[in-house]
Amino acid sequence: MRNIKVLTGNWAAAYGAKLARIDFVSAYPITPQTSVIEKLAEFIDKGELKAKMVRVESEHSAMAAVIGAAAVGARAFTATSAQGLFYMYEMVWWAAGARLPIVMGIVTRALAPPWSIWTDHADFLALRDSGWILLFARNAQEILDTIIQAYRIAEDEEVMLPVAVGWDAFIASHTAEPVDVPEQEIVDEYLPRKKAFSHMLDVDNPFSLGNLAFPDSYMEYRWLIDRAMNAAHKAIVEADREFGELFGRSYGGLIEKYRCEDANVVIVMMGASSGDGMDAVDALRDRGYKIGLCRIRAVRPFPVKELREVARTVDAVLVLDRAVSFGIGGTLGSEVKAALYPLKEKPLVFDFIAGLGGRDVDARLIERLALRVYDVLDGKTEVEEVEWVDINPEVVKA
Amino acid sequence: MSKLTEVFPEEEYILKGNASCPGCGAALLLRYVLKALGPRSIFVIPACCTSVIAGPLPRTSFKVPVMHIAFAASAATASGISEMLELRGREDINVVVWAGDGGTVDIGLQALSGAAERGHNIIYICYDNEAYMNTGIQRSGSTPLWAWTTTTPSGNPRPKKNLPFIMQVHRIPYIATGSPAYPNDLMAKLRKAKKIKGFKYIHLHTPCPPGWRFDSAKSVEVARLAVLTGAWILYEIENGVFRLTGPSKRLLDKKRRKPVKEYLKLQGRFRHLTREQIEEIQRLIDEEWERIKSL
Repeated sequence: MRNIKVLTGNWAAAYGAKLARIDFVSAYPITPQTSVIEKLAEFIDKGELKAKMVRVESEHSAMAAVIGAAAVGARAFTATSAQGLFYMYEMVWWAAGARLPIVMGIVTRALAPPWSIWTDHADFLALRDSGWILLFARNAQEILDTIIQAYRIAEDEEVMLPVAVGWDAFIASHTAEPVDVPEQEIVDEYLPRKKAFSHMLDVDNPFSLGNLAFPDSYMEYRWLIDRAMNAAHKAIVEADREFGELFGRSYGGLIEKYRCEDANVVIVMMGASSGDGMDAVDALRDRGYKIGLCRIRAVRPFPVKELREVARTVDAVLVLDRAVSFGIGGTLGSEVKAALYPLKEKPLVFDFIAGLGGRDVDARLIERLALRVYDVLDGKTEVEEVEWVDINPEVVKA
Repeated sequence: MSKLTEVFPEEEYILKGNASCPGCGAALLLRYVLKALGPRSIFVIPACCTSVIAGPLPRTSFKVPVMHIAFAASAATASGISEMLELRGREDINVVVWAGDGGTVDIGLQALSGAAERGHNIIYICYDNEAYMNTGIQRSGSTPLWAWTTTTPSGNPRPKKNLPFIMQVHRIPYIATGSPAYPNDLMAKLRKAKKIKGFKYIHLHTPCPPGWRFDSAKSVEVARLAVLTGAWILYEIENGVFRLTGPSKRLLDKKRRKPVKEYLKLQGRFRHLTREQIEEIQRLIDEEWERIKSL
């Protein structure tokens, strides 16, 4: 009884939100997010989704409206990209500080200037310190499934934090794929109606949300977010496992491991190009290389434990970064290095920055980088600790 | 006396011992506003003096639910609350924004304009103390002509922005101004706003003793003189129809208005004014009243 529909990633996101029975959505249009919101508008217009939509005048207001709705108990949703995310950045932190279980889709897009509408992960990764749980999906099916999972995680009483679900501009957002759309009744079983929570605004139980905290208590409120983020680790794993039991699909929790069992080199990457990464792994395996791939699904909480477990037995980790923290290296690479540093026996970590602003990251490129890592292990060549892949000298020439 | 308690219920919703300054116009107005709107109200408060007046965690000086929100966000947050309550059939609850002039006429204007244009069921109240008082008296878009502030040490060179008139072109059902010197007028307007569905905008003159540099015992006197000199005009615009209210009704004739000097001289923020500057302020007020005549 599978219900297969051909959906783009953005439409899959809208289906996910609908199946999660969101009752509030507010958003502002930005390429490549628009079709998420258009589809939700259509669902509401046709009466297929009973929800309020507030068509705001900016992303700052989109997040502000979603915060207001969530504070009176809504299961609330928004989506944005790049400039839009940065315009609402203040409110993004507010949502986490106010402990509101909002879910936001981030269709990742490179930041301007220069203008670009294509993917990289700088926008998504800028939320690392905000208190949001950060999940990243790689295709339309996973986008739909992760949005449903995201509400389970966000509304977990031990968690009560907002969740951002990222996916790549165009590669995932606008590619149509067959998607198994789950039955509403089973989703309802997986994700029951949202319960009231203690810090909801209620005229029968007056409460001030966000009053001034002096230095003697502010830190404790931050500590509570960190505790919730640690609790989210378990919640993500369980949400994914139970999803698998009900729907027959799961994604490995915080990381998806691909042929890592006996690997001596693993690729660490995130997003749509991970599929190309898996193709590269297959091709290299065929040639006798013991290589595997870890796809990052959760950036916050970071899969420290999972990565250490994999890295313990490998000689090298190849991080493919679609974002850079200028002055230190790839954003994900820095996180991986920090996670692995406490290991007594550390693998080498190679950080390659590639695919910014939508440049293609295909299997051939990944294969080439992996072979270089093997050459380094064999003492045949050297690479820099952080390397920008294929910089075109014509463009950078003064 | 029964009539008085009918207009001003005895129940207090802003508690004693709150952190407002002595003579605070905002605290005085808030007391009236809460009495008029009652306990079935949710307040959305952006960064402003009331962020402090609400008191430090885990306590609160409010007896209604309060959502603190970022400076520019109050109208949008109220949109979300209002729409959700409507979806849940809880339209008996007043969704109220209580924001200062900076959060309304400057940083919050975009969100305010958006929410008004969309027509959510919200009562938006701006308490206008005519500068950024919570951060220490910096000029805002609502600071009057030639007023001293810490960022206009020799006087603000521009007249204040007329926000109620900006709101008027949003075609919202109700707009009103108010003053703490005329609580009956204020209470009637709030009660009217409460009954009207849609976006309501209320702009309140809010004397600030430390910011305007006057004795904290004189807040009401300062507020009253603002109205009697015509510097602050009491009116309402209901479904596009303009109507003067309270004492402003009989001030259309210039001869009935006190000279603005009487209002200015009570306040240290205007102490440095030259005769020419006072005349300029007077002229601005008279022009405003000529405009009112044409409405």
